[in-house]
Amino acid sequence: MARKTPAPPTRQARRVAVLGGNRIPFARAHGAYARASNQDMLTAAIDGLAARYGLSGQQVGEVVAGAVLKHSRDFNLARESVLGSRLAPTTPAYDIQQACGTGLEAAILVANKIALGQIDSGIAGGADTTSDAPIAVSEDLRKILLAANRAKKPVDKLKALAAVRPQHLAPSIPQNGEPRTGMSMGDHMAVTAEQWGITREAQDELAVASHRNLAAAYDRGFLDDLVTPFLGLARDNNLRPDSSVEALAKLKPVFGTGPNATMTAGNSTPLTDGASTVLLASEEWAKAQHLTPLAWFVDGETAAVDYVHGEEGLLMAPAYAVPRLLARNGLTLQDFDYYEIHEAFASTVLTHLKAWEDEEFCTKRLGLDAPLGAIDRTKLNVNGSSLAAGHPFAATGGRILASLAKQLRQKADETGQPVRGLISICAAGGLGVVAILEA
Amino acid sequence: MADLFTTIITSPLARKAGVPQPTKLRRYTPGDPLVEGPVLVAGGGHFDTSLANRLEQAGAQVGTALEELDGRLGALVLDLSAAADPSDLVALHAIGAPAVKRLAKNARVVVLGTDPATLTDVSHIAAQRALEGFTRSLGKELRFGATANLVLATAADPALAESGVWSAVEFFLSGRSAYVDGQVVRVGDAASPSAADPLRPLAGKVAVVTGAARGIGAEIAAVLARDGATVIAVDVPQAGESLAKVANDVRGTALQLDVTTEDAGRRILEHATSRHGSLDIVVHNAGILRDKLFVNMSDDKWAAVLNVNLRSIIRMNETFLGGGGLGEGGRIVCLSSIAGIAGNRGQTNYAASKAGVIGIVEALEGQVRDRGITVNAVAPGFIETEMTKSVPFATREVGRRSNSLQQGGLPKDVAETIAWLAQPGAAAVNGQVLRVCGQSLLGA
Repeated sequence: MARKTPAPPTRQARRVAVLGGNRIPFARAHGAYARASNQDMLTAAIDGLAARYGLSGQQVGEVVAGAVLKHSRDFNLARESVLGSRLAPTTPAYDIQQACGTGLEAAILVANKIALGQIDSGIAGGADTTSDAPIAVSEDLRKILLAANRAKKPVDKLKALAAVRPQHLAPSIPQNGEPRTGMSMGDHMAVTAEQWGITREAQDELAVASHRNLAAAYDRGFLDDLVTPFLGLARDNNLRPDSSVEALAKLKPVFGTGPNATMTAGNSTPLTDGASTVLLASEEWAKAQHLTPLAWFVDGETAAVDYVHGEEGLLMAPAYAVPRLLARNGLTLQDFDYYEIHEAFASTVLTHLKAWEDEEFCTKRLGLDAPLGAIDRTKLNVNGSSLAAGHPFAATGGRILASLAKQLRQKADETGQPVRGLISICAAGGLGVVAILEA
Repeated sequence: MADLFTTIITSPLARKAGVPQPTKLRRYTPGDPLVEGPVLVAGGGHFDTSLANRLEQAGAQVGTALEELDGRLGALVLDLSAAADPSDLVALHAIGAPAVKRLAKNARVVVLGTDPATLTDVSHIAAQRALEGFTRSLGKELRFGATANLVLATAADPALAESGVWSAVEFFLSGRSAYVDGQVVRVGDAASPSAADPLRPLAGKVAVVTGAARGIGAEIAAVLARDGATVIAVDVPQAGESLAKVANDVRGTALQLDVTTEDAGRRILEHATSRHGSLDIVVHNAGILRDKLFVNMSDDKWAAVLNVNLRSIIRMNETFLGGGGLGEGGRIVCLSSIAGIAGNRGQTNYAASKAGVIGIVEALEGQVRDRGITVNAVAPGFIETEMTKSVPFATREVGRRSNSLQQGGLPKDVAETIAWLAQPGAAAVNGQVLRVCGQSLLGA
């Protein structure tokens, strides 16, 4: 039998549409979702997406999702969530993990496969719970238990177990700290914020704007087709619509030390539980499903910085990723109608904005000829961000992506002009993931 | 769903003690025969020959005299549409009484008449008007889940009314009408096409159901989908979790919105046309209760009920009946309530809104007729839902038993009636309020 001639190896990249998203309301840790697992939440988020876009019983090209805090039982979290969801059980899935960049990185991976024609549709998602966090046994106890497990004779098992000492019994709970520095993320950020002279007032103002913007978005129904209630919770319960600079000014700093400490529980994100999903597809698939693209996923970029040796702040990687993404797409920082800069801490956002305006940083660190410049602050996080919604690590990317895509669609429909948005997400490990959307 | 009281009074002991026992009603599942048992068609009216033919085509054993049929009757169709004088009703008793004696459990009596409103002669009108009193009384006499309903033809030419009359007769004979008893349906002259696939009479239709997250709304979504419609399930964002489940169950789509918002109609229409190509069926089911005695009721409670249950429907209908909305064959079905007909203590706001709904239906009937659209209402009686579960015990038991079928209805019973009104075959039923109440004593 004659073999077929192989198809030409080069394929035209296709446009990738963001069709919409769904998330469950985000809940402060140990609250509304205290008993929900990552799989419960991710499954609910997928089911809500299926209901919104008529995907019940349908197979999509791929589901890519992850969680930062993960049980060993969740080794196949995305696939297990698909199997528990209304999607066709023939939908493939895989897990990824890139700290707080997980959700957006998942979208980049789905988008790339769609662009290459390897899949026609896909769901990017993420879930995280700090309420249902995995608890491990101490490293010494773990070694003893494994040795006992290896032993064949009961007497040898007993001998191995006899090595257990009381101090071995303390559980090892996951810490919100960097393995290589032992410092918490907040303390890292506090160092950077102080270096850049970010004031307490500016941080509190940003936090208040976040709460007000998200509350207004809820009030005008903007989240009606972005969020599906879960376990009786209909809105993010970290949201404080009546938040004020005066009230925030009373809070004591929780990160950093000394009189210059500026970061409080009010201008830092709390530990949060939640999950989000985003539906991406080729134009053809969208058309066949009678779905109108909200926005196009144009490009994404990931950067990393050497925070271990003190070269750069832990959460500064997006500052490096953005100029690379701009250069590749022939854009300036001002060529955007909306900016979504993840509010891990208010100071993270402010540091980035300041760094991009800083001549020394832009020329020496970024290797540019001139600063990227200032942005129009009225275009920043217009529907609120993580300070108000909360930040379930892997779920934040999906929240931002779907929300920005919808905002761009509304603006494009309103003005009849093409619009563009920038997403910037910092992550543990000195990582940063950024992306461009257009509508 | 049985509570302790129901468990006790339906126990074998209670049965022996002579407590009247509700009959398990014959409810429709696709593929069921139209009736269980032979059908006697008699009366010498305008429709009996064609109906007998249609019944035979539908697989029923049909006779025109009682002696022709063996065993218990599945149904009795009395065609008195030609009765022009009270003396013509003599036949009604002569044919009817022996046949009623032979009715099977869950049998159906369907009486056919001519709408008195279309007549001029006094004796003629009196004879036809008499049928309503007869049917309603017979409904109260029938036992073991049997029902009696009246179909009135309004068309001057029986040939034009025939297809519409058949659709109504088919509905009343089937298990779809299990909890519809003692009711009158008027049938006009609009051509009423039979479904290409009788198992999926709503195939190709796009239906929106408001208040679909639970209870009756969820069941309406399920029944419309079962009959072939693509369903858009609408409810307030706070109910989104159960709404998503409903939408996924019926493989439709969920649309979270508050029907009282200014642009609710536009958003529903946009969703329907962009995602599913058209909007064909609208079921205004969303409604709220804020019960309180009139003098103790707050302004908010009064206004909220009227806003959700009445004003939102008027506003949305303007969009649905406007350009780019419902086309030929479009259907609007509103949820009224027997409280809107009979009134109910503590429900001045609710009853006002549900009576207002009847006003909407009556007002729109004439406006939409020429466009091949119908607007009807369904008025549920005591339906077993989470809502009625919370009604105080005594009130609940009285409500549940004060009807000819001696039991509460199920959400499915309401849904089946709505699904029938949504069918292409129900084109001749317009501006009607059909009660699904087991012939409740309230407002009868």
